[in-house]
Amino acid sequence: MVDPLLVFDVALGLAIVMLAVSVLVVRDRFAMIVLVIVFGLMSALAWVRLAAPDVALAEAAIGTGLTGALLLATWQQVRADPERGPSLPRGVLAANVGLCALILAGLVAAFLATPLGTAGLGGAVADNLANSGVDHPVTAVLLNFRAYDTLMEVVVLLVAIITVWMIDRGIVQAPGPALGDIHRSFARLVLPVMMIIGAYLLWAGASAPGGAFQGGAVLAAVGVLLLMTRHYQPQPAHRPLARVVFVLGSASFATVALLVAAGDRVPFEYPADHAKPLILLIEGLVTLSIAATLAALFHGREPEAIRIEEKRS
Amino acid sequence: MSTGLIFGLTGLAVFIIGLCGALILVDPLRRLLALKLCSVGASFMLIVAAWNAPPATPDPVPHALVITGIVVMISATAVALALIRRLHTLEQEQND
Repeated sequence: MVDPLLVFDVALGLAIVMLAVSVLVVRDRFAMIVLVIVFGLMSALAWVRLAAPDVALAEAAIGTGLTGALLLATWQQVRADPERGPSLPRGVLAANVGLCALILAGLVAAFLATPLGTAGLGGAVADNLANSGVDHPVTAVLLNFRAYDTLMEVVVLLVAIITVWMIDRGIVQAPGPALGDIHRSFARLVLPVMMIIGAYLLWAGASAPGGAFQGGAVLAAVGVLLLMTRHYQPQPAHRPLARVVFVLGSASFATVALLVAAGDRVPFEYPADHAKPLILLIEGLVTLSIAATLAALFHGREPEAIRIEEKRS
Repeated sequence: MSTGLIFGLTGLAVFIIGLCGALILVDPLRRLLALKLCSVGASFMLIVAAWNAPPATPDPVPHALVITGIVVMISATAVALALIRRLHTLEQEQND
């Protein structure tokens, strides 16, 4: 008797590979973006099957939802461009395919040589979970055991928004299509609920799947909806405040590390009785930063003094 | 056959499809999506490495690394999209 769940896994794996191929070969670029979004959701489903709910949440919210919004916003602007066909010289093409084959062979060898199902660092995390200040292993790793990685990741986000603002400086882009009254009232209805879901995901991260990144992504979606329904229009006067919020996460994270290090400890070695409040403080501020940064990445340009005439639809 | 093996092979396939696409395709938007496929394929490999047959719990460290990777990928995507928009406006100015 074959386990029906294994049949499901095989079908899901095949669907994911087929979607990956179709993303690259489909002719229409809008269909390509939609297929990437479907591909991301399927990947998230596969990760749930692999007992990784935190990662599945992050992929669904950030890697699929917000990335999809960014892609569609850019597609809206460059859709008039004809797509460039493959124009590589034959020799380069052959060399690249050969290189891919070599890498594939190496990966297959590595994959087959790796023993599956080893304990890894799971035991070490479980042993020290009681001292970490939170009850959820993934959050403990992100905010305590490997907090340097998370700090650097928040810095990467900060660098991204600085770079995007610089690249987009001076570009006059057509305003996106304004959504109608139905969308506006829908937004009024769901935005409070989304705020609560985002805050809940952040709070739940201490003991269950969720955390700063998933919560921040949901709050960023609130920002995207506000921008699209024109409930909020970025003004040049808001730039200093926006910059403060962008830096808030990295700055508070680094400050806590330095303060802890000042007390004859290693950075991020929180005192046991203050660990949970410290982690929640960092997570809260990082969530705000992530939400603001992701929404700003969706908007693209920094708000400028030159107002573009809006087309009244 | 186990869940880990099935999705390990899936991740391998997706990674290689993305890599081939990134090296062969010329259109910037499509190349960016090929790299996105690459990153998801690599994430699959890490999550499979963390997976243990139930009832054993998975290793949380690779999970944390993949979450970090997802956030880094959206940052890279946003910068790449800004460059694509910039290219588009420059080409338009040339054609006008």
